Amino acid sequence: MIKFENVCFSYENGTQILKDLSFEISEGETVGLIGCNGAGKSTLMKVLLGLLPHEGIVKVSDLELNKNNLEEIRRKLGFVLQDSDNQMFMPTVYEDMMFGPLNYGHTKEEAEARVDEVLEQLNLTYLKHKYNHKISGGEKRMAAIATILTMRPKVILMDEPSTALDPENRRRVINAINDLNITKIIASHDLDMILDTCDRVILMHDGKIIADGKTEDILRDEKLLEANHMELPFKLQGLREFI
Amino acid sequence: MSKGTNKASNALNELRDMDELANGDSPIHRLHPLVKFLVTIAYIYFVVSFSKYDITGLFIMLIYPVLIFSIANIKVSTCFYKLRLVLPLVLMVGIFNPIFEGRAGVVSMITLMMKGTFSLMASFIMVATTPIDGLCAALRKIHVPSILVTLLLLTYRYIGVLVREVAIMTDAYKLRAPKQKGIAINAWGSFLGQLLLRSMDKASELYNSMQLRAFKGEFFYASQRGLNCLDVIYLVACIGGFVAARFINLTETLGGLFV
Repeated sequence: MIKFENVCFSYENGTQILKDLSFEISEGETVGLIGCNGAGKSTLMKVLLGLLPHEGIVKVSDLELNKNNLEEIRRKLGFVLQDSDNQMFMPTVYEDMMFGPLNYGHTKEEAEARVDEVLEQLNLTYLKHKYNHKISGGEKRMAAIATILTMRPKVILMDEPSTALDPENRRRVINAINDLNITKIIASHDLDMILDTCDRVILMHDGKIIADGKTEDILRDEKLLEANHMELPFKLQGLREFI
Repeated sequence: MSKGTNKASNALNELRDMDELANGDSPIHRLHPLVKFLVTIAYIYFVVSFSKYDITGLFIMLIYPVLIFSIANIKVSTCFYKLRLVLPLVLMVGIFNPIFEGRAGVVSMITLMMKGTFSLMASFIMVATTPIDGLCAALRKIHVPSILVTLLLLTYRYIGVLVREVAIMTDAYKLRAPKQKGIAINAWGSFLGQLLLRSMDKASELYNSMQLRAFKGEFFYASQRGLNCLDVIYLVACIGGFVAARFINLTETLGGLFV
């Protein structure tokens, strides 16, 4: 589904952020991108979305990411931004959710049917006509996910989906992620959430992939995590004796 | 937010209040945005076209805003409160007329003030009963270039982003300078620089988010619909009324009925 072959990204001043990344993600997989601040997780996502230029080959569903394929590739990808305020730029949840489908040329009726379907799927029908500035942080995060799902992407990318959420809303987001039957890529520092949602983890440090494997294997490897400025998930810290 | 918050937060709340007002539900809110836009333009045109000494004729034109305020359930006081910064400027128009024209100048000054105030009230009615994307859709319908309409919409959204950043930064500043009134002059340079960088950052994130949802420079407005019978009746009735008020001396005719 997604293929990175020797992908690099550098800023104009020469600072290299992504260094020779190669990996593949199959359809239906849920992959966690972990790593300390500045490891390159968000940059990797932006490269995949075509928001940043890159060297090397990036493929989505066998289509190579370039100017000609950009529109078709973006149609397959949905990106949930870290700050929902940046994502929800229309006055109401409804208008925000309609934005994507209408831009893709769907009629108002079709777009509205999608909005209703997604709101029902996420149990958010009550938010439909609410103003974005009047809903809570947790509701806004769920609404941001909903705006992306109305476009029916094949892959959903989420940048820190659990930041600044209380435990109940965090659990709500985790459940929503687990209920989605599409390919998911989640960049997060919340290793407990990664443990709850992902089958596979890619550990990054300084723009390179340090480890790529099963979630359980990587998140239980205390030495590996510590060497990359991370800690065991809280859930596993109490179970040290069993690791 | 309460009155205790900073001025930027209050400004942001006022912007949001306008959005809420525009999304209200009344027969006026339900009218097609294009009709409201055309009626407003026509109203302003007819108000401005009155002779500068025709106070009585102009008074009749007050019926439109008063009537619409009442049907749209908007308090007149809300209108004057929201226009409090612009109204004094409008009222200053013609302030020198009495000096140049003597007694007739007083009349022309009052007429000019009335024209300005009425025009502002009509514009307020349009903005307070029509969401911004509805207005933009109306502008596109009369073939205003897409780039201008998108620019208008994005500027409106950007103001919100900018004001929100100002609110956050002023709060952060005040918390570390509790005894100061406002922001010290020597901090203005870095404050404005940071504000520009932060708001540009936010704006570019917003733009990314729009691009990723297939935005190609043309807005497709969710609230768009076709004209219906009521819209046409409203348009014809309003413009008919304005023409009558402008060309028939309604005050004299109405007065003649009772005297």
